[in-house]
Amino acid sequence: MIVTEHLCKRFDTLTAVDDLSLTVAPGQVLGFLGPNGAGKSTTMKMVAGFLAPTSGSASVCGHDVADAPHAARAALGYLPEGAPAYGEMVPHAFLRFVADVRGLRGEQRRRRLDTVVEQLHLGPVLRQPIATLSKGFKRRVGLAQALLHDPPALILDEPTDGLDPNQKHEVRSLINAIAPDKTIIISTHILEEVESVCTRAVIISDGRLVADETPAGLLARSRYRNAVTVSFAGAATDARMLLAGLDGVSSVEPAADGHSLTVFGTDGLDTAERVRDCARGNGWQVQALRTEGGRLDDVFRNITRGAAG
Amino acid sequence: MRQIGAIFRRELTGYFVTPVAYVFLVIFLALIGALTFYFGNFYERGQADLGSFFGLHPWLYAFLVPALAMRLWAEERDAGTIELLLTLPVTTTQAVLAKFLAAWVFTLVALVLTAPIWWTVNYLGNPDNGVILASYVGSALMAGGFLAIGSFVSALTRSQVVAFVVGFVLCFLLLMAGYPLVLDAFRSWAPQGIVDAVAALSFQNHFDSISRGVVELRDLVYFVGLIVFFLFANVTVIEMKKGG
Repeated sequence: MIVTEHLCKRFDTLTAVDDLSLTVAPGQVLGFLGPNGAGKSTTMKMVAGFLAPTSGSASVCGHDVADAPHAARAALGYLPEGAPAYGEMVPHAFLRFVADVRGLRGEQRRRRLDTVVEQLHLGPVLRQPIATLSKGFKRRVGLAQALLHDPPALILDEPTDGLDPNQKHEVRSLINAIAPDKTIIISTHILEEVESVCTRAVIISDGRLVADETPAGLLARSRYRNAVTVSFAGAATDARMLLAGLDGVSSVEPAADGHSLTVFGTDGLDTAERVRDCARGNGWQVQALRTEGGRLDDVFRNITRGAAG
Repeated sequence: MRQIGAIFRRELTGYFVTPVAYVFLVIFLALIGALTFYFGNFYERGQADLGSFFGLHPWLYAFLVPALAMRLWAEERDAGTIELLLTLPVTTTQAVLAKFLAAWVFTLVALVLTAPIWWTVNYLGNPDNGVILASYVGSALMAGGFLAIGSFVSALTRSQVVAFVVGFVLCFLLLMAGYPLVLDAFRSWAPQGIVDAVAALSFQNHFDSISRGVVELRDLVYFVGLIVFFLFANVTVIEMKKGG
């Protein structure tokens, strides 16, 4: 359980986080989204106890970050922004250091060390200085460090940044695997990640919460929800005009690929049928037709721009 | 305690997995050896003591110790690892103490490695080993004082160069506090009491009195107090930056 109550952080004149209240329950994976500078990392730093809030409070598993910092930190695994680690150390020594500070001992210490090394596939680089590792391995060393003490709560600031697609997939699978009994907050710029690992998506902009929904709920806000993208073989030059004139169609736009058209309906589900009928009537050969599920990037832009403006 | 132990071990091994330790040890030992024999007139004095050797320590420390201390916190801040360290279940005081102790033990290693010069003087004559032991204690305490200052300055900045330069200037001023260079700056305007107080802050005076073989309480209190004061300031600076 991670709770923030009216959390605020001001730096001189800049308000980085403005009255943010969130409750994240065990089993939830909260995707924390927002433009750069929106206050995501600042919020995470405050919950992790690295920055003191200007006002408001945060707690991890019932331990207030300010009043019981030791218990709060013991319950939390934290991957800071950029996955910092001591570059001159090898992952083997680094993880043992973290295990020592966290008070892991004996059999449990060995088992946890083996587990995270295996989970994050660190075996081949255990004896190589962290400074010489690739970005992907550095990130995974940081993740291993955060997971080492098997904490009930996790805060991961951009856990898949710098990973290649296969590694991203593995890290997401790992998060999904450990998620059921943990409270997890991840920040990310990769919107597909929200759909694949998060059960809840929170968007902040200028330090304020502007959306708090399930990923599906966010998708439903998209203007692309149930819009139809269609492409025709051969010349269908007047298609755009004719489609726009149909009943129940609000607008038609050229799609990003340059030759398809995106048709926005007014009443959702029937749009595809109308487009198909119209094509048949005019003798156009439909090459591809699909109904859009909604686009997170589009929702994200609308929400964050609206809040900024 | 567990946390202090873990950070202490990490820091101390850190010196030896990078060239820092070897460069520092070689330069310290080479300088102190060369200077003792060439400038200190070790042989020409015709005395079986280590006065010329210990007389150099404050001057060597004034620039070598800030070089050792500059990375303590500035590097952590620059690399971002400070965020990792301070979100582990450790208090700022534990982290400051552990880092300071590791650096101090490292300087003690350097000091222990000067033992051949002590053997030499014992081979050549019959020195007062009590005085030598007291001088070593004084030198260790003085190194601790310089280190505490260096550690504090290092916490103020993310630039190791700034930490070194400011640390060096502070150490140098404290070293010169008993000399006209610093005292004259105060004499022109400050009452005698303040001038005396500044003179009493001099590293040199306290170290000299210990290295005469007299370990007095006031000298011990001076060095221990200095270390405690700057480490406390060190903790305060880090806590303040958290609030920033």
